[in-house]
Amino acid sequence: MISRRDFLQATVAASAIYGASGVGNWAKLAAQQALTQDQLLNFDTFGNITLIHITDIHAQMKPTYFREPEINLGLGDVKGMPPHVTGADFLKMFNIKPGTPEAYALTYVDFTSLAKTYGKMGGIDRIATVVNAIRADRPDALLLDGGDTWHGSYTCLKTQGQDVVNLFNRLKPDAMTFHWEFTLGSDRIREIIEGLEFPAMGQNIYDNEWNEPSEDFVDYEFFERGGAKIAVIGQAFPYMPIANPGWMFPEYSFGIHDERMQEMVDEVRAAGADLVVCLSHNGFDVDRKMASKVKGIDIILTGHTHDALPEPVLVGETMLIASGSNGKFVTRLDLDVRDGKLMGFRHKLIPIFSDVIAAEPEMTAALEAERAPFKDELEEVIGKTDSLLYRRGNFNGTWDDLICNALIDEREADIALSPGFRWGPSMMPGQDITREDLYNATAMSYPNSYRSEMSGEQIKIILEDVADNLFNPDPYYQQGGDMVRVGGMGYHIDVSKPQGSRLSNMTMLKTGEAIDPAKNYVVAGWASVREGTEGPAIFDVVENYIKRKGTVHVDPNKSVMVTGA
Amino acid sequence: MELTRRDAMAIGACAVVATAVPFQASAATEAAMAFTGGAEPTEGGVTLTTPEIAENGNTVPIAVDAPGAVAIIIIAEGNPDPKTAEVAFGPMAGAQSISMRIRLAGTQNVVAIAKMADGSFVQASNAVKVTIGGCGG
Repeated sequence: MISRRDFLQATVAASAIYGASGVGNWAKLAAQQALTQDQLLNFDTFGNITLIHITDIHAQMKPTYFREPEINLGLGDVKGMPPHVTGADFLKMFNIKPGTPEAYALTYVDFTSLAKTYGKMGGIDRIATVVNAIRADRPDALLLDGGDTWHGSYTCLKTQGQDVVNLFNRLKPDAMTFHWEFTLGSDRIREIIEGLEFPAMGQNIYDNEWNEPSEDFVDYEFFERGGAKIAVIGQAFPYMPIANPGWMFPEYSFGIHDERMQEMVDEVRAAGADLVVCLSHNGFDVDRKMASKVKGIDIILTGHTHDALPEPVLVGETMLIASGSNGKFVTRLDLDVRDGKLMGFRHKLIPIFSDVIAAEPEMTAALEAERAPFKDELEEVIGKTDSLLYRRGNFNGTWDDLICNALIDEREADIALSPGFRWGPSMMPGQDITREDLYNATAMSYPNSYRSEMSGEQIKIILEDVADNLFNPDPYYQQGGDMVRVGGMGYHIDVSKPQGSRLSNMTMLKTGEAIDPAKNYVVAGWASVREGTEGPAIFDVVENYIKRKGTVHVDPNKSVMVTGA
Repeated sequence: MELTRRDAMAIGACAVVATAVPFQASAATEAAMAFTGGAEPTEGGVTLTTPEIAENGNTVPIAVDAPGAVAIIIIAEGNPDPKTAEVAFGPMAGAQSISMRIRLAGTQNVVAIAKMADGSFVQASNAVKVTIGGCGG
């Protein structure tokens, strides 16, 4: 008899050959030069259950450009494994032809020219069309939101998340977990959650005072679908108070807690769950390790690290699904669950090409109503870019280079630091920069830009510490962001070394002099997690800089030399 | 703005800095030897639960479960005074487990050694990172 594992692998292979998966379909469509909504949504309904996964939309309610990373290094056991495969290697691994719609959607290769052909992606009204179409096939499909939803735009910041909450409520999700939502502050997140018609979940959200699971969030929820009992267990971002300001949500503690995750799985299985799904904001590598330690999870819907993978990744008996970010993709996963077992699946990472998928009119109207009070501020042009602006990449991106240049100029600093966030859409060369565009890359509730003196030794300690959060070989010691971006200073990094010895050759770019450990430098940066950080908001600093420059230009960044990968 | 060294570091990249503390070989070993009387503990039989990354190095929740133990010692190898706690269980103890919060001076190993009823020793060790934090996705 075929084992379940064999069956799953056979299904992946078959889908690649016969085009049941997203990849097969797209390649065919590109050959026919006929990208239509019907074909993007085409799906041969399978089994008895459908899951819809959206994650890390970061309040991007309008279609955007979003360039995937060129550098996304994996160390140790995950070297060269998805999602640590980019560009041409990615195209080869998933058998995608360069220049096709899926090559544009999934990689950085020829991004600027392909963007002209295939246009912007995402948009809540296009997503609504896709969700409605899936529900037309399977009315009781489960819609699961992996979090990082109520953060990341001008209107989301000004309404403390309310615009996105209102629009997502129209989609009627069935469950949600969290990360950046906590930076709204714990009072606000509780206020929103009380009004939700679906469970807010996270088995790893603890009460900080008693070190016990918080009663403000549920651990899991059961859903009866297609004659089967489905348990969805929530897993919030484990490193909230470390990567974001803990003083904004002091009542809560997080962590991975895989021993408790195992208890939850055992509990729901004992209660008769036929299928166990984990709705996670761990990040892909943490989920991969968790899948190897916790037994009995059928599917992990991953989030946080913004990876878009056209096929599921299998870890033992657990299937990992990565649905991208910023509204670029929606995953549809059809499952055949019988007698308490997952017998087979059909998967499609649906690319939301905004010029191909029609907007759902009611959602468009609702979106425009949310934007109306802010229309003038949103649309005001503050300058223009003649370079491609993007953020993703382990060491730098042109958006952050621009922010660092602004910090050095506006705050009269020697060195600028910009956090290694992975959110923030891209901008094409020649595009006007509106205030909305600027906030898409900077909007946050702790935006103050500090300016202080640090010794060369202190700067190295900070960079070494952040590098270990990215390149520690054990995923449980990683936090899922990218390396802090540095302006005004270059360095070499050997990612294979242990903490404290990865960085060398730290050099002031304007003078070519080596950084002196004993000398003090003026450092400007933003998004400090420290309470009471003083300084102008980063969006104001960058707006002033862009307005002063008129047209901004960002040269290719060659100041970080990477070895050991 | 006048800044102390600690303040300046806390302002950095995204969060609060604490450097790795070197292994206090002699003090940590002495504490372990004093407890075991020189016997070499074996791995297994004791479960030590710690966070992978401490949310706050000043108050790190830990738990030790050692069924059948008569005493447990906690050693924070990188702390100036590594011996952190020693707990004895009487015959009436319902469970041989403890949970507590400890302070860690920096990234280091936390070790739990349990003395079993037969006089043997078992141990478990976890690395706990105390970090300035990255900038998650």
